[in-house]
Amino acid sequence: MSCCATAVGATLVAEAAGQGLPPSEELWLASRALGNGLRQTDLSVPGVHCGACITTLETALRARPEVELARVNLSSRRVSIIWQEEVAGKRSDPRELVRAIGERGYEAHLFTPGEEEGDVLLTQLIRAVAVSGFAAANIMLLSVSVWSGANAATRDLFHWISAMIAGPALIYAGRFFYQSAWNALRHGRTNMDVPIALAVTLSYGMSLYETIGHGEHAWFDASVTLLFFLLIGRTLDHMMRGRARSAISGLARLSPRGATILNSDGSREYRATSEIEAGERLMIAAGERIPVDGRVVSGTSDLDRAVVNGESAPVSVGAGDTVEAGTLNLTGPLVLEATASARNSFLAEIMALMEAAEGGRARYRRIADRAARYYSPVVHLLALLTFIGWMIIEGDVRHAMLIAVAVLIITCPCALGLAVPVVQVVAAGRLFQGGVMVKDGSAIERIAEIDAVLLDKTGTLTVGRPQLVNAAEIAPDALAMAAALAVHSRHPIATAIQDAAARVSPLEAEIREIPGAGIEAKTSGGVYRLGSRNFATGEPGSGSGQSEAVLSLDRRELACFRFEDRLRPATARAIDQIGEMGLTVGILSGDRKSVVQALAKQLEITNWKGELSPRDKVQICADASDSGRRALMVGDGINDAPALRAAHVSMAPATAADVGRQAADFVFMHQPLIAVPFAIETSRRAGRLIRQNFALAIAYNLIAVPIAILGYATPLVAAIAMSTSSLIVVANALRLAGTDSANAFGGREPSPVPQPSGGER
Amino acid sequence: MNTLVYLIPIALVLGGLGLVAFLWALKSGQYEDLEGASWRVLDEDDGRPQT
Repeated sequence: MSCCATAVGATLVAEAAGQGLPPSEELWLASRALGNGLRQTDLSVPGVHCGACITTLETALRARPEVELARVNLSSRRVSIIWQEEVAGKRSDPRELVRAIGERGYEAHLFTPGEEEGDVLLTQLIRAVAVSGFAAANIMLLSVSVWSGANAATRDLFHWISAMIAGPALIYAGRFFYQSAWNALRHGRTNMDVPIALAVTLSYGMSLYETIGHGEHAWFDASVTLLFFLLIGRTLDHMMRGRARSAISGLARLSPRGATILNSDGSREYRATSEIEAGERLMIAAGERIPVDGRVVSGTSDLDRAVVNGESAPVSVGAGDTVEAGTLNLTGPLVLEATASARNSFLAEIMALMEAAEGGRARYRRIADRAARYYSPVVHLLALLTFIGWMIIEGDVRHAMLIAVAVLIITCPCALGLAVPVVQVVAAGRLFQGGVMVKDGSAIERIAEIDAVLLDKTGTLTVGRPQLVNAAEIAPDALAMAAALAVHSRHPIATAIQDAAARVSPLEAEIREIPGAGIEAKTSGGVYRLGSRNFATGEPGSGSGQSEAVLSLDRRELACFRFEDRLRPATARAIDQIGEMGLTVGILSGDRKSVVQALAKQLEITNWKGELSPRDKVQICADASDSGRRALMVGDGINDAPALRAAHVSMAPATAADVGRQAADFVFMHQPLIAVPFAIETSRRAGRLIRQNFALAIAYNLIAVPIAILGYATPLVAAIAMSTSSLIVVANALRLAGTDSANAFGGREPSPVPQPSGGER
Repeated sequence: MNTLVYLIPIALVLGGLGLVAFLWALKSGQYEDLEGASWRVLDEDDGRPQT
């Protein structure tokens, strides 16, 4: 039980903090109001995996005063927290909750809103499975007595009881098939549900007729068992269906709701983003997102443009520079003149691109749907031909009808209905254990047929945040002092210094941040400065000004911190594995060409492109599919979101922008990029199993159908044939969970991640 | 034949009880977290439900 508790150490805290917490506003928006001043937040915590994790997390959260209830769900790796909006008159900060989780060594992510909402249809389906299972078991019990030789009166009694159980069960549990079949027929189509509805209804009607006439054979057990198996398939299939995704609404949420307008007479007013017109002047405080495209009129600051164009380093801006909507103002206040209204701004352009981008998702027809298109006409035709054939030979309507019903029941796509969803559910479970979330079943089918992998750079190949690389050379005192200064800034480099320092002690000083330069602290011992070399020491800065920070005391250099946007762990190995699978790898980045080139060289990738706009990325994905190639796009930023939708299949890290997470088919929760080859490999194996299952189902039909057509299929034979074929298909699907992956990563968490490890799951 | 008059209703009622019990368990959220429940059994807490 203590496997997790021991693994929690100081390094984990730093690592978890380095992940970057979602901002308070986003957490606040993502929480649900429950009334009475309570709110509920659901977080995805991929690291929990045993009882000790549950206790650790729940105890840590309940220790916080605002938390009413915290409950970990181990199956879905989520924690739901109910907290008070105000404690003792103070507004609570949901970020504190995430930090409390982080301090215990677990990563926490927000997951796509809407994903967790109660699924009404799923509950209905499970109830239908339960009812049909109950009916099937009882009727089967009675049927066994009939088959083992119950005599005339007893047999009739058993048939009548079966009929009375089966009737309501068919209406309650079969309604899904009837509704869907009716829908299809009304629009002049047929689907898999038409033969199902027909077989179930005909067999019930025919059996009732036989029972009334004291007949020997009744098919009540077959029709209810059929329904039971099919409903299992349907329920699993429903679990794998992609839910409607609202990536665009996620993007709309990211654009700020409004901004303070400076009127020409000097008065200020706060107006909604949609009402801001070009030419107006806006005040943007540090920490706010810029609502519309504009030009800086006065003020200097650093802008975080990572989500907009994938550029890793913040950019200093001053009067006259243009800024895009969606960028985050980091350090100083700015006055902007809007150059476009919200409708014509960068974010609106992305939304339009996303609406237009029609990816593989829309065009792709699922394997099961494709099979159904050929299957159901064949089945109908076969039953009809059997009926006509027996009419010609014998001329007995009742007998011909009985045999036609037997054909319908035997050919009913039980095994076929289970063939795909069982494999996909098992594959999704396996992927989930490896830290990859699948949004819908067709993604597993699509990722198995790709021939190229396109990777974004910032946030995908790299962690997307600068990390201190020369911590070993720096005196602990200097680091502590730098951290004490750094807590006063939102700049990513300041955050990186805080992460590197073990603890931050408060500083008695007059501290101010100089936008675009650094932080200054006047203490009794002198003036400390942390920032660019020019600012700190007065010497001219070197060329790569963004990747270093200097700490000085009265302009004397105390320490020089160097930063690098670190590669995700095990990236090179992941790329090797993708290459071994026979896939080509390419980098698509919005960052400067020199940076992309250096990274591509390091990873030995020859196919790279830099300085791409979101439109260019979509174009590359669209060109690939036009030339018949299928690409997997892996990306995280807003600038990647249209491309994630345009590509055949897409993947995003859990740290991605909200839009990126929603646009992608797969979301991987652990840091290493090895999740990409892992997802591809598991999906390919799932694809092989699906094809095997189809072959098994067809082989079963080749044997069983002639028996049925020739009139040898009694209810006993049908019951045995149907159950065996379904069981074989399920057993074949379960092989995916049982065998170990050839991929070294397997289903386990990769070791470089400082996740609590150990404990068999 | 006479015994069947008792036995069949008893069998059906028992089966029905099982069905009702399952539906109730489903509705009250007991299938939400099967993996977690297996660990919570071992928890050394006082066993009172969290309110």
